[in-house]
Amino acid sequence: MSKTAPQPVLETSASPNFGEMLKRLDWRRYVIYIGFVVVFVFFAILLHDQGFLSAVNLLNIFRQTATITVIAVGMTYVIACAEIDLSVGSTAGLSSVVTAMAIAQWGLVPGILAGLATGVAVGAVNGGLVSLLGIPSFLVTLGMMGIAVGAAQWVTASAPQPILDDTFNTVFGSGNIGPVPGLVLWSALFVAAGAVVLSRTKFGRQVLATGGNRTAADFTGINTKRIKFQVLLISGVVASVAGMLYAGRLQSGRFQWGTGDELSAIAAVILGGTSLFGGSGTVIGTLFGSLLIGLINNGLILAGLDSSQQQVVRGAIIILAVALARKK
Amino acid sequence: MNTPDNAVEMRSISKGFNGIPVLNEVDFEVRRGEVHALAGGNGAGKSTLMKILQGVYQADTGKILIDGKPVAIGSIQDAKSAGIGMVFQEFSLVPSLTVAQNIFLASEPLARGLINDREAVRRAKKLFDEMEVRVDPKAEVSRLGTAYWQLTEIAKALSQNARVLIMDEPTASLAKHETEALFELIERLKARGISIIYISHRMDEVYRIADRITILRDGRRLLTERLSDVAPEQIVEGIVGRKIEGQLAYRARADLAGGGVPLLEVRGLTSGPRVRDVSFALRPGEILGVAGLMGSGRTELARTLFGIDKATSGDILIKGKKVAIGSPQQAIEAGLALIPEDRRAQGLVLEHSVRDNLLLPLLGKISRGPLLDLGEGRKLSSSLIEKLAVKVAHPNRPVRLLSGGNQQKVVIAKWMGTDPEVLILDEPTAGVDIGTKSEILDMIRDLAGTGKAVIVISSEYPELLAVSDRVLVLKEGSVIQDLPRGDIADEESLQLAVQGV
Ligand SMILES: Nc1ncnc2c1ncn2[C@@H]1O[C@H](COP(=O)(O)OP(=O)(O)OP(=O)(O)O)[C@@H](O)[C@H]1O
Ligand SMILES: [Mg+2]
Repeated sequence: MSKTAPQPVLETSASPNFGEMLKRLDWRRYVIYIGFVVVFVFFAILLHDQGFLSAVNLLNIFRQTATITVIAVGMTYVIACAEIDLSVGSTAGLSSVVTAMAIAQWGLVPGILAGLATGVAVGAVNGGLVSLLGIPSFLVTLGMMGIAVGAAQWVTASAPQPILDDTFNTVFGSGNIGPVPGLVLWSALFVAAGAVVLSRTKFGRQVLATGGNRTAADFTGINTKRIKFQVLLISGVVASVAGMLYAGRLQSGRFQWGTGDELSAIAAVILGGTSLFGGSGTVIGTLFGSLLIGLINNGLILAGLDSSQQQVVRGAIIILAVALARKK
Repeated sequence: MNTPDNAVEMRSISKGFNGIPVLNEVDFEVRRGEVHALAGGNGAGKSTLMKILQGVYQADTGKILIDGKPVAIGSIQDAKSAGIGMVFQEFSLVPSLTVAQNIFLASEPLARGLINDREAVRRAKKLFDEMEVRVDPKAEVSRLGTAYWQLTEIAKALSQNARVLIMDEPTASLAKHETEALFELIERLKARGISIIYISHRMDEVYRIADRITILRDGRRLLTERLSDVAPEQIVEGIVGRKIEGQLAYRARADLAGGGVPLLEVRGLTSGPRVRDVSFALRPGEILGVAGLMGSGRTELARTLFGIDKATSGDILIKGKKVAIGSPQQAIEAGLALIPEDRRAQGLVLEHSVRDNLLLPLLGKISRGPLLDLGEGRKLSSSLIEKLAVKVAHPNRPVRLLSGGNQQKVVIAKWMGTDPEVLILDEPTAGVDIGTKSEILDMIRDLAGTGKAVIVISSEYPELLAVSDRVLVLKEGSVIQDLPRGDIADEESLQLAVQGV
């Protein structure tokens, strides 16, 4: 039995009806948003009496996640480029210390510049070793994680460095603009800039292409070494700004600021739908990943769980969300 | 209808992805001990049908019978135990293990609970003896060439008592003599009663080894016939869906710029052991074919011209001016473009959409200030898709989901968009159906017609002879002959030239 009737081209199918469109919609890509709404509604109902929905509490969530959000914006670039940066938390700590000491010595502007310079230095060393020597970023930044926090502890002899400059403290973290905490504005600024650059500029596309298939990117004339260097540099600089936000909020520099933030930031980025293997990622997703973590922390505290219980529940929720979002 | 000599019978198989039908009530039977060719255009559904037989996908409807008995194939494991073996196009071997270890992976012979490597080697030897090929079972796979990988794959399938072997474009990366060896092996397997399903776009191979042929078109079976009962034109028309004539005939083209300054001139180019003192010149409108055996340095020459490998000496001149090409960026700036030989590894970001892939080299073109003009990008990518007739459901879908031929068109379209002065194509028709092949050849001719220069590297002599105005013959990295098309009588004389006789 042989059929000869020519068939219409299969791949250019006619406009599908709504049901089919729903079926085709890749809901896994939106897991983070769905998860965010579900957790939010859940807490809103369960913790209504504990004031979860009060403006003060909601602003608090934003404020508490702001620094992680900032770090995670930089981390989105690194992971989308198929690299990792484990040194961001330590870099933030080192930058807070350097800023505090430089402000005490030379004043406000040199202090800020010194903080940024810390990020540039750490990022450039990370980026240089990864792109020029081809050492895996996991190892380079693992080493840098120890170096940065160790250096911060060393130069301060473990002592906190107070910051007495009120302008600095107000601008970086303690101040408000109207009802809105300055920290929230900082994170909004980084998210907005990060989102536009990643999705709407040549550089952003080249980062994604390099992470998606480095060989093909090379064959397309993209300088992938430079791209790898740049994402690690960005990550370092962004982490140093986060360090200054810690310094401003806590009015001091200390080597412990930022400890463990690398893991929260990586979790936020992956929850936000960026592929751990590179090639895809959105900064808006990262923002929601970070907010979701903040939401869970906040809700669990309001629910009266102690910190050990919080850790268990938070870990379980993160695994669940990533499991749902994974590709088949 | 249930004739017992059918090793495999697939009945009314339908399969769709996300609501898009890919296979439509396909019937397919393979007899015991026959070589059955499965043909069809790119995207016709050949690989999908075979993946259903192997348990990679499950059919939406339909039945599968093995040796006349209905079986449910729900996983690759099920398919293996039903006697279906596969020679994967993307090899399924572990490179760091030895040949013997790979063959018996997960079914290692044991001695007192521990893996008995010596026994594995002995059995592997026996398998290769039966296949009448020589492979060292103790060699580490990563150090062997593709031909040996393939033999290892076949041995692995046979060790699991495969009665049916599926080969999806097995000769794509084999040299001529390796292809011959494979064909002889297929004959021997056939004599042992093993059935072989052979997917290929190369008609000469199909004629050479297949007993029967099934043609799929747009997800339906068009025909199943003995090869002796169908005319070649009928097969070509069946695959392509229309008549194509004279696609592989050379047409002398008007000499465009005559003498003048060459568009591209290469002097004494050297890079590593595979590009040695290569010189040639290319005039505007000229198509240069590059022929040579595997390992003769054809791909390396392309890579050096495009700045991926660094030249250790020699000059490259564009329109008479010396250019420094140390990276693909510089090559692109100089007006070169390279369509690489491995589209999946080198040409495409598979997870990204067709549109993003097309626009990757064109980001500078669609920038407005610091930002990309997405509207302009959509327009540009749509016009490229249209120009090359790429079959895509939507430009936003990942390029990974396209069939092989359409992926190749995306790579070509991507580089056509950059409007290069010199286009280098490395095996541009690998894995491409005959209809698309003639389209690609026409495109190459059109491009040259607008005064650009084209370099075509190909292992398929008929195609090389069809487009080239001149043929450069490489051997061990050096140019051994630079032949005007008119001086090459036929395929055979080109073959002799390539062998350096
Ligand atoms: N996993 C998938 N999801 C969605 N569509 C798919 C998937 N796999 C294949 N397709 C589509 O199914 C159709 C048939 O593809 P298939 O790979 O079977 O073609 P083929 O005959 O093997 O083509 P080629 O000769 O190019 O290898 C194509 O249109 C392809 O885009
Ligand atoms: Mg296929």
